[in-house]
Amino acid sequence: MTDRLKKQASFDSPDDVYQLIIDMHKGLSDEESQLVNAKMIVLLANHIGDAAIIAEAAQLARDNTLSRHAKETV
Amino acid sequence: MVYVPPSFEPTVPDAVASGQVDKVPVIVVGAGPIGLSMALDLGLRGHNVLVLDKGTQLSDGSRAICYAKRPLEIMDRLGFAAPMLEKGVSWNIGRVFFKDTPDPVYSFDLLPVKDQKFPGMINIQQYYNEEFNIAELEKLDNVELRWGNAVTNVDNRDDGVTATVETDAGTYTLEADWLIACDGAHSPVRKMLEMGFEGETFRDNFLIADVKFKHERPTERHFWFDPPFNPGQSVLLHKQPDDVWRIDFQVGWDIDREEIVKPENVTPRIQAMFGDDIEFEYEWISVYTFNCRQVEHMLNGRVVFAGDSAHLVSPFGARGANTGFQDVDNLGWKLDLVIKGLAGDGLMKSYDDERSHAARINILNSTRSTDFITPKSKVSSLFRDAVLELAHDVECARGFVNSGRLSMPVPYPDSALNTPDRDDWTGGVCPGTNSVDAPVIHDGAEGWFIDHLGWSFTVVVFADEDGISPEMRKHLQAFLQSDVASKVLVISDQQDPEFETLSDCKGLLAERLGAVAGTAYLFRPDQYVAGRWQQAVSARDLIAARDRALGIVEEAA
Repeated sequence: MTDRLKKQASFDSPDDVYQLIIDMHKGLSDEESQLVNAKMIVLLANHIGDAAIIAEAAQLARDNTLSRHAKETV
Repeated sequence: MVYVPPSFEPTVPDAVASGQVDKVPVIVVGAGPIGLSMALDLGLRGHNVLVLDKGTQLSDGSRAICYAKRPLEIMDRLGFAAPMLEKGVSWNIGRVFFKDTPDPVYSFDLLPVKDQKFPGMINIQQYYNEEFNIAELEKLDNVELRWGNAVTNVDNRDDGVTATVETDAGTYTLEADWLIACDGAHSPVRKMLEMGFEGETFRDNFLIADVKFKHERPTERHFWFDPPFNPGQSVLLHKQPDDVWRIDFQVGWDIDREEIVKPENVTPRIQAMFGDDIEFEYEWISVYTFNCRQVEHMLNGRVVFAGDSAHLVSPFGARGANTGFQDVDNLGWKLDLVIKGLAGDGLMKSYDDERSHAARINILNSTRSTDFITPKSKVSSLFRDAVLELAHDVECARGFVNSGRLSMPVPYPDSALNTPDRDDWTGGVCPGTNSVDAPVIHDGAEGWFIDHLGWSFTVVVFADEDGISPEMRKHLQAFLQSDVASKVLVISDQQDPEFETLSDCKGLLAERLGAVAGTAYLFRPDQYVAGRWQQAVSARDLIAARDRALGIVEEAA
């Protein structure tokens, strides 16, 4: 696996971007929120346009989650 | 039903009564599209071939209906692509629908790639393919077709095969150098040899209704995800010749297989799609569960597997028969050279390597389509719906919609038959890949590049304004000094005094092959690239590449 996924902070004002993501779900049902998240991933993946980077992000997100929630996966 | 397949008299050879054991070079088991084209390929190369089929009729329904560009090129080499094209339906417009929205999520135009001889895909009933193939076979007196002849035992040895054959009037025995099993998904030969056939059965069923509408409808491929007339499932609609339409309903796992195919139970589904007053007749109704499976080895001693006996895929993407024709294309020239004693040890093994690789790629693609069409988890269902909803408005989401990736030839980048590139290439066709096509002029007549490839090893050389150099001519002449059928094609606007010459009238051939003056390609007899050189190819390069493609030179360590 490559090591090209940017892990340093990109934004001068991360609060704005975080708020944007939260606002994306405003007034939505859980089901709608799930769809919105999925669409967001698809759009951003296409924008990145580099399967190796997407694979790295996918692996990191998955590993991080499994390491925090190891008990639930046993 | 509208269609009644033609049937044939069962053959009872003299050997049944006499007990004589005849020896034949090649037995082909199975007279479906793959067995018939295998017999035609080897028959046209002059080999004596005996085709044995346990049945006495052609395909009992439309079955395999989609034929892609590459198989059409193969059928053209074999001599029956013209009637396929004439009778078949070329379709361009595909539309994908989601839920009850009447306008499509998106539509695509599968216009044939410009300036190539064959379109991307045609639809035609399987029995027409078989009929056209048999018409060509009947012109050959070195190929014999025996209906009602079932192979019941195969003794597979290093030096040949002994087969027991059962007819209505009794059994007889045959000796053969090679036996090619084209006997379908349930391959009795595969079972006799106890060959593994590993893979996956999908817990789902599909109901096929082939119907003939009384009124004409637009020629389009429609695919529905979760439509109101088949909630939670998919439906696929395809046009065939004679106003026959293929409708494929996904029906789930828990069904009564006998009840579901009864016309009175299919009719309400069709009425739900097209309205209660739709007038139609049935041509064929069938239900199937699909498998993605692959035989352990496509080559096993003197028994070779081709077509469905070797690999099964889901129907999404039309990779079944289309893959089988490419098995035939790969096997024909190899077996020909092996029988003639001109091949190295590696050539037959390369059939197994190349076509097993192709089978794995086809299974991968068809499994992915299946997973998109029938999501197996909540989250894959979520992503599928997200993509389908997004695709309506946003172009970039459409590429993710997978209603079947249509059959494309699989390249063999790691084949031992390839000569690796010596030069840096940024375009063109890589070794182990089938040729592109382009318009050319030959003897003053417009035609196609692809028509000049095939059957033999072919060197294609691009000349400059002065034609090919005297030095190059010597190299080419040296290359032709061989028992292995080989030829030279010169690409030039002026006729070469010695070699067959094609004019690249639109400049597309050079563009598509990434060629300049002095560039040479060596094509295998199946129109795949064996090696290529941008400049200064020598006789030694060409002969070494041909030897390698004959399985004579072992892969470099």
